[in-house]
Amino acid sequence: MTQGHIHSLESFGTVDGPGTRYVVFVQGCPMRCMYCHNPDTWAMSGGTPTDPEYIFEQYKHNEPFYKNGGVTVTGGEPLMQIDFLIDLFSIFRKNNVHTCLDTSGIAFRPDDEELMKKYDRLMELTCLVMLDIKHIDPSMHLMVTGQPNDNILAFAEYLDKKQVDMWIRHVVVPNLTDDDKYLYKLGYFIGGLSNLKALDVLPYHTMGKVKYEKLGYKYRLADTPAMSQSEVIKKKEVILNGIRDKRKELGLSGEHPHIGNEE
Amino acid sequence: MRSEWNGFVGGKWESEINVRDFIQKNYTPYDGDGSFLAGPTQDTKDLWNQVLDLQKQERAAGGVLDMDTKVISTITSHGPGYLDKSKEKIVGFQTDKPFKRSLQPYGGIRMAEKACSDNGYEVDPEISEFFATHRKTHNAGCFDAYNQEMRACRSSHIITGLPDAYGRGRIIGDYRRVALYGIDRLIEDKQEQKDSTGRVMTDDVIRLREELSEQMTALKMMKEMAASYGCDISKPATNVQEAIQATYFGYLCSVKEQNGAAMSLGRTSTFIDCFAERDLKNGTFTEEQIQEFIDHFIMKLRCVKFARTPEYNQIFAGDPVWVTESIGGVGVDGRHMVTKMSFRYLNTLINLGPSPEPNLTVLWSTRLPENFKKFCAKISITTSSIQYENDDLMRVTHGDDYGIACCVSSMVIGKEMQFFGARANLAKCLLYALNGGVDEVTKKQVGPKYRPVEGDVLDYDDVLSKFMDMMEWQADVYVNTLNIIHYMHDKYCYERAEMALHDKNVKRYFATGIAGLSIVADSLSAIKYAKVEVIRDEDGIITDFKTTGEFPKYGNDDDRVDEIAQKIVHRFMTAVRRHHTYRGGIPTTSILTITSNVTYGKATGNTPDGRRKGQPFAPGANPMHGRDTHGAVASLSSVSKLPFKDAQDGISNTFTIIPGALGKEDKVFAGDIELDLNK
Repeated sequence: MTQGHIHSLESFGTVDGPGTRYVVFVQGCPMRCMYCHNPDTWAMSGGTPTDPEYIFEQYKHNEPFYKNGGVTVTGGEPLMQIDFLIDLFSIFRKNNVHTCLDTSGIAFRPDDEELMKKYDRLMELTCLVMLDIKHIDPSMHLMVTGQPNDNILAFAEYLDKKQVDMWIRHVVVPNLTDDDKYLYKLGYFIGGLSNLKALDVLPYHTMGKVKYEKLGYKYRLADTPAMSQSEVIKKKEVILNGIRDKRKELGLSGEHPHIGNEE
Repeated sequence: MRSEWNGFVGGKWESEINVRDFIQKNYTPYDGDGSFLAGPTQDTKDLWNQVLDLQKQERAAGGVLDMDTKVISTITSHGPGYLDKSKEKIVGFQTDKPFKRSLQPYGGIRMAEKACSDNGYEVDPEISEFFATHRKTHNAGCFDAYNQEMRACRSSHIITGLPDAYGRGRIIGDYRRVALYGIDRLIEDKQEQKDSTGRVMTDDVIRLREELSEQMTALKMMKEMAASYGCDISKPATNVQEAIQATYFGYLCSVKEQNGAAMSLGRTSTFIDCFAERDLKNGTFTEEQIQEFIDHFIMKLRCVKFARTPEYNQIFAGDPVWVTESIGGVGVDGRHMVTKMSFRYLNTLINLGPSPEPNLTVLWSTRLPENFKKFCAKISITTSSIQYENDDLMRVTHGDDYGIACCVSSMVIGKEMQFFGARANLAKCLLYALNGGVDEVTKKQVGPKYRPVEGDVLDYDDVLSKFMDMMEWQADVYVNTLNIIHYMHDKYCYERAEMALHDKNVKRYFATGIAGLSIVADSLSAIKYAKVEVIRDEDGIITDFKTTGEFPKYGNDDDRVDEIAQKIVHRFMTAVRRHHTYRGGIPTTSILTITSNVTYGKATGNTPDGRRKGQPFAPGANPMHGRDTHGAVASLSSVSKLPFKDAQDGISNTFTIIPGALGKEDKVFAGDIELDLNK
């Protein structure tokens, strides 16, 4: 069993996938998103070495709370620790627990055959991927995160091919990721993916700021205001329009994927 | 079948007083959503604005708008009172006008006097004289019988909040009986009960006969009081408006005569729904009218008020009435008991706005219908006004016709009651164990002179054994004090109206309670897993501690300390069970100080867990503030390990969470894509 490098464990996750979930935050992320609210998980070193069995035990102890939920791994970037993920999800799936991966997709390497075998294995063990697409435009993506997005978009298409359920998450940051043109484009892209089950559009908030001060990092969005709830609903509509248009083109109209974690 | 009952399915309930049987045979489970609900009528809005205005005036007047200082409150002492007679569909106030607090001296004349004087009023001197000289009160009775030790424990707050100067409350009459049977039938039934008491006049038989007579008197007065409002409740209610009115009159009588620590309503919604369904079917009333009746009923419950002292308000953190109404739950036959009326009751929080009273309590089960669960969640998010209790846990003991008194005390309506017993301060008891019965704040010898701990470092086994001994003593003096209190309450301040709506043979719970559980658990854990040095003052009394090293803390799902908490609860209950209890009361314990934890903290010195002198206790069975560091589930898990069989009067956990952390805010729910492609 491969140990994971864990930032923290949270017993009561309510916004990290369907139902109430046990949430594992891994340490380490190659992205440097300007608005990241967990900069304390960036450093690739550190974290508490933790056995997958231990995590399962902790989960098991309070299993009744997670009856309609399951386990979510987030971070940090979980896919940087894919061997650990495979071991962890193997145990959970063996016990029929719903597994969810919250990722940026940045570690995806379609040309790396060895790695792809691992991805194939992991996707057999993953019930839901929450893919956070920071920006649809390559150069903007590079600006916002410090990384290109070609592999991320390839990962979304890969998930579609594998028919792994997918939620798309997108954080709307004023003046950074809120351009209607790009939001529509994002919708148009994900509208072509048949495994899309939900769209989660999140308003930018400033609660991460304090962490930057504590860590001595510079917060580059110091002057950016939080996004209002009413504004974010409008932005979501733009993305939905993109999805609708793409689906119409594909002749998917009439299909109404009612989606989500209703129960 | 009586004509008033036409359309109902008959059964045992016709020939005996059996509301549960009526409900089970007649209620209609509802699986739908809240889309059928009606908003407030113009009359409702007008009346509610009047109440809001009175509330404003009351606040401006310093908390009390008017007090009766001359008329001792009984069921019939006051003529009818109204907000606006032409608009009120459900009528009745405690006195002759809204927001006027009644005078209730039977619990204790000094408390009644002080409640008045603290608010700038003065009790009529003749009444004061009468109760000082001619008519003894519950409070006077208690102090006549207390011994020195009990008085010392009371003033040092090792047992605290005792109902010896105020009404004990926590008794729920089956107010539904008034609606279903009418008063005449209930009096007949009581007469039969009286005729069938034992023939040998033992103390118990004499008391029962006297009480049954008192109950019949109360029933007759109820009828008279209702008549003053132009309502005849001698016969069964013929429609839903009458059923609500009669149920409310039953409740109103109890709050006219008892200023209890909790005056709860019971479990009325599904019962009332049987009438509403019949009326809807017959076209007697529309949905809008039925909602209006409920809105007016709830509005009245929001106006129940008592004369209380600032000290009382401090113990209970405010001026609560605890008009608890239990909603939902699942029946023993497996059908859920959610009806349209369950929705209508909760809908009052929308129609009238959020309110802590009445304390609308959802008896939660995993098997409640999904639509109702969602509706509850929605109302909780918008109003923060719903309390939730575990029906799956309580149904095992109490079946499907129990209600909650106060915040968590469960009892079968009309068949079980409780002797409310406030609580024992366990944190202080631990300090007594260390100091050989000497109070750490007053330095007085309050407890027995057991050997104090020796040396500078606390030893777990030594402290645990001393604590267990001290807890035995504490339980002993506590239960004995409560025996006196309830004897005197029955004698001088008997709840005739509520007991008239009970069966003859009532199961009585003898409720005790504990405060400071998490402090004791963490303190013992510190002694066991870290190093705790004691600091003695100039008199050699341990008044402070120096704790070095880490120790597991209650609230983190860590069995090492959670087991200590379980053990304490079990041992305390075992100690209580050993005692004789008044009237064969069945001992129970609660862990539920959700308001008075602040007051108890003030009277308790430094504790080994690091809590400083005077700092509040955690509420109920909560972990100490800030010590649960593993998230909410771990915290809840520690609480859920406490044995319900040893704390059957209830375990409370106060849980606050920002709505955003419970899920995405309105309209941005996760998993919601709403892909309407035809747009």
